Amino acid sequence: MGALTAKQKWAWAALTVAVLVYALFPVISIMATSFKLPSDLNTGKFLPTTWTLTNYEQILAPDGSAQELFLSSLRNSVGISLIATAISVVLSTLAAYAIARLDFPGRKLVLTTALAVSIFPVISIVTPLFNLWRSIGLYDTWPGLVIPYLSLTLPISIWTLTAFFRQIPWELEQAAQVDGATTWQAFRKAIVPLAAPGVFTTALIAFFIAWNDFVYGISLTSTEAARPVPAALAFFSGASQFEDPTGAISAAAVVVTIPVVVLVLLFQRQIVSGLTQGAVKG
Amino acid sequence: MASITLTDIVKQYGDGYPAVNGVSLDIKDGEFVILVGPSGCGKSTLLRMIVGLEDITSGELKIGDEVVNDRAPRDRHLAMVFQNYALYPHLTVFENIAFPLRLQKGRYTEEQIKDNVEFAADTLELREHLDRKPANLSGGQRQRVAMGRAIVRDAQAFLFDEPLSNLDAKLRGQMRTEIARMQRRLGTTTVYVTHDQTEAMTLGDRVAVLRKGELQQVASPRALYEQPVNLFVAGFIGSPPMNFMPGEVHGDTLRLPFADLPMPDGLRERLGGRELVIVGLRPEHVEDARVLDDHKRAAGTTFEADVDVVEWLGSELYAYIPFETHADVAAKLEELDRDLDGEGMRTQVIVSLGSESRVRDGSRATLWFDPRRLLVFDPESGENLTYDEEAARRIDSETEEDRRAALERAQRDTARAGERESVSAGDARHRAG
Repeated sequence: MGALTAKQKWAWAALTVAVLVYALFPVISIMATSFKLPSDLNTGKFLPTTWTLTNYEQILAPDGSAQELFLSSLRNSVGISLIATAISVVLSTLAAYAIARLDFPGRKLVLTTALAVSIFPVISIVTPLFNLWRSIGLYDTWPGLVIPYLSLTLPISIWTLTAFFRQIPWELEQAAQVDGATTWQAFRKAIVPLAAPGVFTTALIAFFIAWNDFVYGISLTSTEAARPVPAALAFFSGASQFEDPTGAISAAAVVVTIPVVVLVLLFQRQIVSGLTQGAVKG
Repeated sequence: MASITLTDIVKQYGDGYPAVNGVSLDIKDGEFVILVGPSGCGKSTLLRMIVGLEDITSGELKIGDEVVNDRAPRDRHLAMVFQNYALYPHLTVFENIAFPLRLQKGRYTEEQIKDNVEFAADTLELREHLDRKPANLSGGQRQRVAMGRAIVRDAQAFLFDEPLSNLDAKLRGQMRTEIARMQRRLGTTTVYVTHDQTEAMTLGDRVAVLRKGELQQVASPRALYEQPVNLFVAGFIGSPPMNFMPGEVHGDTLRLPFADLPMPDGLRERLGGRELVIVGLRPEHVEDARVLDDHKRAAGTTFEADVDVVEWLGSELYAYIPFETHADVAAKLEELDRDLDGEGMRTQVIVSLGSESRVRDGSRATLWFDPRRLLVFDPESGENLTYDEEAARRIDSETEEDRRAALERAQRDTARAGERESVSAGDARHRAG
């Protein structure tokens, strides 16, 4: 494709703006709502008439009405998501390495099983899981959420990492050994720099999946002991029973969106791979 | 730099299949040895065993005077250029070349690394690409970076695994010359794997021909061409390949599909009691009788043949002549063709005539050849009955002398250039000497 003509550029620009507005409008709307006073909620205006931080105070300040509810759930969300991510990255790295590099019977089976698990509707196993968890004491605990989260994050991690590992030129490891590296050095200096972006991207994807889950979060918890943020939002209440908690919920939504945005912005270079190009003729 | 000695090297895989079977080979210090053969003949496996990336099932591998069977690749101090270059994509060209030096912690100062890398880069004309990443280089440039990584350190030997097979034809020719030039100048022992016989013939001091993991013949390219030990080597070396025809022995005449020949001197005894042999004739040993002078014409045999297809290449002309082969040798020749990665399509004779020849598609041609250049093979074992060991040895020792002389000349030139350079460039000299 050559250089774009002016007309094509304008077409692309218009298209980009349209997509951005479509994708970001809800986010902006929620942000606007989070700065509104309760009295401002039903005026039908997009922007708040008076900008206020009350909603944020409500969920974050020491004497906020929803503060305890929100902060404990935030702690749960961060902790559970990180643990689920760590476990799934370690396991899927090992699995994908084996699938990509070793020739063993059942390679296909592992991949197909992973695919089958990932397309299995969550809602259909939540009820049996609820009963099982209650009888074995995992209900409303961190492990009780980490385990189901693994079933969401592992399959996709295995698939992305396998695809990624398959395109790593493993001859590099041998080349490094011939160049005078020990087995460990060869792995660290030739393979890890190429594999790291893939592992990292996978970790981010896994984290977001765990972070965004709602169904497990609301069904398998009952108290602040394990309830994650998406589920906790449903338990927010207004300052009085006659007030909608919409503002507080919006503020909480903004707060939980921020880490995701920050992570993506920080690591967008790692997420964009393409580092492996040029290693071998191709 | 060092010699490499292989003694009865065997590589057996888990299923008991021997990929390399009892190969013994003496590679002298500074020698350029080619391992050649059709695909699956074990040449790459052999190379990978030398460098240490494959275990040796049995046999002994010595580099210099030391047995290195159980040494890790890093302790063998060999440099290897991979078929697909295996450059480190996350490093710049400079860092790629410096990689082996940086691994030897503390041996080189930053200054020395820079000098060495720049010396290698200059040798390979990579100076202006040092800051680029491999992804931004062309195939030929990547290939040169891979070579730079090999020459930058003082390796005992260079190993090449089909380094040119990914390049297009023109570049391949250039790089071939470049490799030959580099090896002559550095005088480093080199083992080079290829399936391309042009590379084998032009680069090697000696060529080792492998077939199904077994060494067939090790000799100078000329000896391989003129004195192949068996059908396989004869068929593999030469382009277009040697023609094989059935030859029936009738008393003192040898009956070929196109001509009856009086038995050349001395052949009688060598044939023993055989009544059927396989006769080999190189395409380039056949001429168009019409363009020859009478004197030369009288020295050989002429025959008539119907030409099927003609390919005119400017410098020469290939004519294809189909013929019916003898049923008893057909199977053997078909097997040979399969061994040589052929398709076993039809039996035909290819002749390479001078481009001034007027032979055209479908014409009846009068062709000439010198019966003394025929090779005669046993149809069972494939052994060359006309093999002259004396001649083969003579050719080899001549080639060896030529090689020594060439090496000395090259080293002298480099040393002189080095002295000139050392005035300006400090310690570039120790690499030249």
